Amino acid sequence: MSHEHGHHKETFITKYIFSIDHKMIAKQYLITGLLMGIVGVVLSLFFRMQIAWPEESFEIFKIFLGENFAPGGVMRNDIYLALVTIHGTIMVFFVLTAGLSGTFSNLLIPLQIGARDMASGFMNMLSYWMFFVSCIIMLSSLFIETGPASAGWTIYPPLSALPQAIPGSGLGMTLWLISMAIFIASSLMGSLNYIVTVINLRTKGMSMTRLPLTIWAFFLTAIIGVVSFPVLFSAALLLIFDRSFGTSFFLSDIFISGEVLHYQGGSPVLFEHLFWFLGHPEVYIVILPAMGLVSEIIATNARKPIFGYRAMITSIIAIAFLSTIVWGHHMFISGMNPFLGSVFTFTTLLIAIPSAVKAFNWITTLWKGNLQLNPAMLFSIGFVSTFITGGLTGIILGDSTLDINVHDTYFVIAHFHLVMGISALYGFFAGVYHWFPRMFGRMMDKNLGYVHFWVTAVCAYGVFFPMHFIGMAGLPRRYYTNTAFPLFDELADVNILITVFAIVGAAFQIPFFWNFFYSIFKGKKAPMNPWKANTLEWTAPVEHIHGNWPGEIPEVHRWPYDYSKPGHDEDFVPQNIPMKEGEEQLHH
Amino acid sequence: MTSLLVIFVLVLIGIAVWQLTKIFDLTQVGEITDDSGVANDRDNSVNGYLMFGFLGFIYLFTIYSLIAWGEFVLGTPASEHGVEVDNLMEISMWLIFFVQTVTQFLLHYYTFKYRGKEGQKALYFADNNKLEAAWTIIPVIVLAVLILYGLYTWNQIMYYDDEEDVMYVELYAKQFGWQARYAGDDNTLGKANVRYIEGINTVGVDLEDPNAQDDKVVSELHLPKGKKVVFKIRSQDVLHSAFMPHFRAQMNCVPGMVTQFAFVPTITTAEMRQNEAIIFKVNKINKIRANKSIDLVANGQAALDPYTFDYLLLCNKICGASHYNMQMKIVVDSPSDYKKWLAEQPTLSSQWKEANAPKVEEVKEKATETIVDSTKVIAQVIK
Repeated sequence: MSHEHGHHKETFITKYIFSIDHKMIAKQYLITGLLMGIVGVVLSLFFRMQIAWPEESFEIFKIFLGENFAPGGVMRNDIYLALVTIHGTIMVFFVLTAGLSGTFSNLLIPLQIGARDMASGFMNMLSYWMFFVSCIIMLSSLFIETGPASAGWTIYPPLSALPQAIPGSGLGMTLWLISMAIFIASSLMGSLNYIVTVINLRTKGMSMTRLPLTIWAFFLTAIIGVVSFPVLFSAALLLIFDRSFGTSFFLSDIFISGEVLHYQGGSPVLFEHLFWFLGHPEVYIVILPAMGLVSEIIATNARKPIFGYRAMITSIIAIAFLSTIVWGHHMFISGMNPFLGSVFTFTTLLIAIPSAVKAFNWITTLWKGNLQLNPAMLFSIGFVSTFITGGLTGIILGDSTLDINVHDTYFVIAHFHLVMGISALYGFFAGVYHWFPRMFGRMMDKNLGYVHFWVTAVCAYGVFFPMHFIGMAGLPRRYYTNTAFPLFDELADVNILITVFAIVGAAFQIPFFWNFFYSIFKGKKAPMNPWKANTLEWTAPVEHIHGNWPGEIPEVHRWPYDYSKPGHDEDFVPQNIPMKEGEEQLHH
Repeated sequence: MTSLLVIFVLVLIGIAVWQLTKIFDLTQVGEITDDSGVANDRDNSVNGYLMFGFLGFIYLFTIYSLIAWGEFVLGTPASEHGVEVDNLMEISMWLIFFVQTVTQFLLHYYTFKYRGKEGQKALYFADNNKLEAAWTIIPVIVLAVLILYGLYTWNQIMYYDDEEDVMYVELYAKQFGWQARYAGDDNTLGKANVRYIEGINTVGVDLEDPNAQDDKVVSELHLPKGKKVVFKIRSQDVLHSAFMPHFRAQMNCVPGMVTQFAFVPTITTAEMRQNEAIIFKVNKINKIRANKSIDLVANGQAALDPYTFDYLLLCNKICGASHYNMQMKIVVDSPSDYKKWLAEQPTLSSQWKEANAPKVEEVKEKATETIVDSTKVIAQVIK
């Protein structure tokens, strides 16, 4: 495919708004994702304040939630659930799926495999703009009178199907479903594009076993997305039918507000199956790209080859495969056949094996390295740390027997926030710090980066580690206040501590945002290859041009991890450097 | 006032960030001012030490948590299978603590030890099949043990023998409360469906069903110690979850189907109140409540009631605005006390007769109404 770069004139609109250039689309995804992230985090602070100081009046609620959602500054109990729901939805889908994967798949796939652009630039643009529309619809649901969707991000019916059950299941839920349907279409277009691009547009010499691990991660993420997102789409569609056209896919035998509804024969458990068939792979859609970014950043900054390149690929494939057959571990106590519980326990605990391989390989990559502790590297090491801490408790939650008593408690909140929330965010931050020069041609300030990392790292543990304990005390999640149970009175102080950590942690994202937006315009001009990395994106000129490379696309002669290879003067050998005579090739 | 406070806090944070960046800046003293944005030896050194310090933070925080919050956990399980669950939990926890301690050490220590230095060269070490095999096979073995133990316990809990001497109790969930139905002398629950809900028959029992005649509906759950109780669980509106943390028991309540969970209570409420850990917990909670009450009374509000220990049934699946307050007291009695209690409870059919008996005409009217209702339902179904 050929691009006649430089020949056609670009207007402001084609360059910055309806751009079909993957680098611009990546930036659009990044900035949209970050802005959505601010909304998601602020919502979480609001409901954390309610948990810590239940039913107290806050000036800030009066301003942001208004008299309707927070009469007299006291948050309404259904609005609490609405905030929880929208926080989860925004963070999982809009920040960590679209924001993370959308940004870095778009930026890195063409640049790292040596392609001029995505296979379909137009579809790529469409993918972003549909994402943008879905963001607008989701945000607009925060401003309607009955409030946004309030049934949890898992939107289990009948709660999500019946406006009688909770006000948010009226218009708010309708907007949620429309937004998500558009989001899924966007995500599928993105994913198909990534898959086709990786398969077809690799430059000469770039065999699959010479791909950077980032690309492997994006590639498999896209495949998981294509396999599982349509199932959520179908679940959403059937739910729309139940809500609006009176079908009974998920509803049966319901008596509410003093009357029997006509629904008969459906099952909410069916919805749970459909939901988690996407919902579980979704957490891998979130974490795999972060794993890819982290692998790349650790190798580059350790000045060492990633340890066990092939094992890394094998384990990522194993994780991708297993991710599609473990969804039932969210449903051990849903009322499904206990035999299925056994099956899903087995498949779920198997995931620990490739995960352990990856963790040990990252640690071994650090061993005897020459670690350049840039902010991106700190976030990558932080990723490994929280991935281990959060991942280990998966052994408990994945075991049906143990899940009985910690299911839907704060223990679960602690687990998944550490293993996929914080970890993926760290991956995201690491990626931003590392590829910022590639995106904007300027450097971010490292000292602000260090402050950002250290405070975030302490606060992340401060928020989520104590949750294990209140979870094991039996405290259920999604409780507006814990004061209805004297049993939980002793946990009140811990909840205050958690909220304080959350507020401080959130406040210390401000330096990041400052650093980010300031550096876009005023940062120091970046050299071509500031981190002395091997991958192809650093061979392209700093100033973005259509088609990425001014002349020929570079040819690839080696794998991407020839760091500190004996026999070379420099401690890195970019992929486009031909093999020396007699040089040993590790991977073909 | 609050906005002033917010501004003040923001200013403080700003100063804090500025000061912290200064610290990192100061570490550059003596070198050419470096604004490259790339880590130099000083950065590597400072952050390497900080990484090692962070390891200490993780360890200390873990130890602190264990001491300060370790006693939050639920304590002695009050059911037969709960002992097995806790055993498995303990084994898993020890394993987790071990792996966590070791891997976090390696991760942070290596970061510290191999922090970058000018002229230091990394080892070109890309592969080692033996190492890879080791950390594949060891997790496989450990997980195999955990999986087998877990599945064995799971099957013990989830399957019960019909031949066994069990009693059936229905748990009935609705927004936002619980009811329980006892099967009566025949130990068989009468048929039920939400379409039978009417008046005091709030759980929709088919009162025509002979098995339903001796069913008793109550709003406080009593269980006899030492007998296997099989819960048949229903919901009338949305998903709920019957969570009985002290018994290590939980099962979702699904409208349109009957779910099931069974356990044997082993400690009566009275016995549990004598449990040392529980006494400690109750005293602690009462101290907290007393302190809170002082503030409340000062503000002219009512003081909090003192807390006595009781088993609880909580809702643990998001079910609507008042999800946070959907609870039922559970009392485990000695078998004789339980019998006495149950005998005192009226059957639903007698309550129904009582409620509808006095005015004969009204019954007639009600009856016609019911017929109209059911046709409406049928019509709706057909539609």
